[in-house]
Amino acid sequence: ADSSDADVELPTIRHQPEGLEQLLAQTKFTKTELQSLYRGFKNECPSGLVDEETFTLIYSRFFPQGDASSYAHFLFDAFDADRNGALCFQDFAVGLSVLLRGTEQQKLKWTFDLYDVNKDGCVTKEVTVGNTVGLVGWGHPDGVLPAPCVPQDMLEIMKSIYAMMGRCTEPALGASAPAQHVELFFQKMDRNRDGVVTFEEFLATCQE
Amino acid sequence: MAAGVAAWLPFARAAAIGWMPVANCPMPLAPAEKNKRQDELIILNVSGRRFQTWRTTLERYPDTLLGSTEKEFFFNEDTKEYFFDRDPEVFRCILNFYRTGKLHYPRYECISAYDEELAFYGILPEIIGDCCYEEYKDRKRENAERLMDDNDSENNQEGSTPSLSFRQTMWRAFENPHTSTLALVFYYVTGFFIAVSVITNVVETVPCGTVPGSKELPCGERYAVAFFCLDTACVMIFTVEYLLRLFAAPSRYRFIRSVMSIIDVVAIMPYYIGLVMTNNEDVSGAFVTLRVFRVFRIFKFSRHSQGLRILGYTLKSCASELGFLLFSLTMAIIIFATVMFYAEKGSSASKFTSIPASFWYTIVTMTTLGYGDMVPKTIAGKIFGSICSLSGVLVIALPVPVIVSNFSRIYHQNQRADKRRAQKKARLARIRVAKTGSSNAYLHSKRNGLLNEALELTGSTEEEQHMTKGTSLIESQHHHLLHCLEKTTGLSYLVDDPLLSVRTSTIKNHEFIDEQLFEQNCMESSMQNFPSSRSPSLSSHQGLGTSCCSRRSKKSTHLPNSSVPATRLRSMQELSTIHIQCSEQPSLTTSRSSLNMKADEGLRPNCKAAQITTAIISIPTPPALTPEGESRPGPGSPGPATNAPSSANIVKVSAL
Repeated sequence: ADSSDADVELPTIRHQPEGLEQLLAQTKFTKTELQSLYRGFKNECPSGLVDEETFTLIYSRFFPQGDASSYAHFLFDAFDADRNGALCFQDFAVGLSVLLRGTEQQKLKWTFDLYDVNKDGCVTKEVTVGNTVGLVGWGHPDGVLPAPCVPQDMLEIMKSIYAMMGRCTEPALGASAPAQHVELFFQKMDRNRDGVVTFEEFLATCQE
Repeated sequence: MAAGVAAWLPFARAAAIGWMPVANCPMPLAPAEKNKRQDELIILNVSGRRFQTWRTTLERYPDTLLGSTEKEFFFNEDTKEYFFDRDPEVFRCILNFYRTGKLHYPRYECISAYDEELAFYGILPEIIGDCCYEEYKDRKRENAERLMDDNDSENNQEGSTPSLSFRQTMWRAFENPHTSTLALVFYYVTGFFIAVSVITNVVETVPCGTVPGSKELPCGERYAVAFFCLDTACVMIFTVEYLLRLFAAPSRYRFIRSVMSIIDVVAIMPYYIGLVMTNNEDVSGAFVTLRVFRVFRIFKFSRHSQGLRILGYTLKSCASELGFLLFSLTMAIIIFATVMFYAEKGSSASKFTSIPASFWYTIVTMTTLGYGDMVPKTIAGKIFGSICSLSGVLVIALPVPVIVSNFSRIYHQNQRADKRRAQKKARLARIRVAKTGSSNAYLHSKRNGLLNEALELTGSTEEEQHMTKGTSLIESQHHHLLHCLEKTTGLSYLVDDPLLSVRTSTIKNHEFIDEQLFEQNCMESSMQNFPSSRSPSLSSHQGLGTSCCSRRSKKSTHLPNSSVPATRLRSMQELSTIHIQCSEQPSLTTSRSSLNMKADEGLRPNCKAAQITTAIISIPTPPALTPEGESRPGPGSPGPATNAPSSANIVKVSAL
């Protein structure tokens, strides 16, 4: 049974990307740019698909000191538009096209989508019933959440960003630093002080 | 950074946009993209084989040759490609490193060739991938050991410097009998006496025939005096030897602790103890026991036999296997002895009186000796006895191959070392012959040049045909270089040609004549200093005033040229040597200071006693000829300049 399992697993799925023409249409890259992008992509992932593990591995190489896995997870989710658990070149190219060639609004939308982990349209800080890990002092009534938004974790994003710094930082990383940073963020962004940041608020603040 | 990282860097930078809204501080400026050009294919021509790759592939590793601007040095404008005159096979691996980020080591490749290529391309060997790293390290270590062995053996065989103290000489003589005849004599004498001593011990106990009226006596008691004298003689020799070794040892404390010295002491102690002790009845029994230790003298032979030493070393290195053997045997003996004892308990008149008594039976059975003095009589005893003998074979057979293989490995290693040493001599000799060929080429061309001059002077034309030997450009440039060196230093290479020397004696040229004279003088004086053929030392050089050549050469040749008439300078086998001679004074009291003086005097032409000062330099083997020749005058004084009289200007080598 073992050998047959191994046999079944061995032929890796080889994913062929969309044709060059289609990608040209979907993205704002030129042909040569797409070619060179694809070469780099294919070199690293010969099978044509990047699973989250590989993605995390690649991304972590840029941050040898810290732990980039959590942030990589969020990035992966942000890139994986069709939610199939693997990044194909199309996802990759489209995402990059937005990031590099998109309008400011598009970029900000992308960033907002990155923060909006559960993809419900708004970003919250961490407010989970009974969990006081999140922020205190914001005056947000415990357990009462705006209806359409599921508790989300801006704190997680912040923590993951800080995690990429690693342990040896100057000044030393305090345990509450991410939380404080989330505080500041919400102070800036949350106009109507309802504890969530919607895209409009985000856009407005950033474009100031 | 790995290959993939560079490719994904634009992605990571783009993804960093996610940090911007949450950042408290403004972001730093992005580095400017210097002349962002399109990625292009570059061609790498390695000894004719063309490799092509993207430029960015190579730029992934900017600290290597190919990744940096260093490769521009190899750019060929005509063909618009980068040409490397290196091995294309290894280059394949190197280029794959850029492509995949993993450096592999091909097993068929020689380790030092591979290392050289890596060094050339600026790649650290440490980044070899895990798949190949172990193999690489193993081979590298093996190679290093091999080279180290060779170096060690070579160092050991170097001619000794004269600065060894008497004590050090003695120690060397003890350790290596082949260093001098005296050491060899000593070696054989001690060997002889060890043999005599051992044989005496043996013969002492042989019954020697009867003295009428008493029972048969062993020889030892019959000829007690003779044996005592023999014993005394042997012990005296051994004592002297031990004391000498103790005196000569570089570290006495370490020597005393060494195994051989302990054996020495144990070998001679019984005699002295016997001398000291009186013929007291109660202690004489103990004394007789002590005599047993005399048999340890046989271990002194291990200094004489390398095989014995290897055996001893093997046993030492197999200590753990031997220990295991012993332990398992002990276990089995105890088990089987107990079983046999209880099995045989019932039978009457059984020899298995106790468990320790059964040990003897178990040992004899397990080693398949089977003396038969103790035999089980009950059925149970016989069954267990047979099981015992079967298992004995197994238990003994298991650790023995390990010991054997260890011995074999060490023994072969030793053989290999000897073989390498022998091979090395032959190899070096052949290399030297080849080198003398090349150095002689220069001398030949010079000779031809000189002949040419000589011919011009004497006006004979018969030799002219011989002159024009087709020398290649490289050769002529090399000769020119050597000649420039000569001119620079004011020394010149000794010309080795009987014909020339004879012929030039007809030339009214002070240089050559005096050269002959000088050589004869050198010969006379050097004869006194000429050491035994076996150990060349620099004293011979110094005797000739070649203090400039105090540089210790690996194979400093003795001066055969001094032992032959000047015309017949040296055998072709030896390295070509160049002889420093003094100038002006025939007496060879030239010392370094006097030569320095000469240099200070400058280039003044010296008509009266004009001579070319020639230098003897013994050229060690590996480096090329010219660097040695060039480095030669460096440490020493530049030597007196060629104070050739103006008339000798004719004798310029035509290579110029």
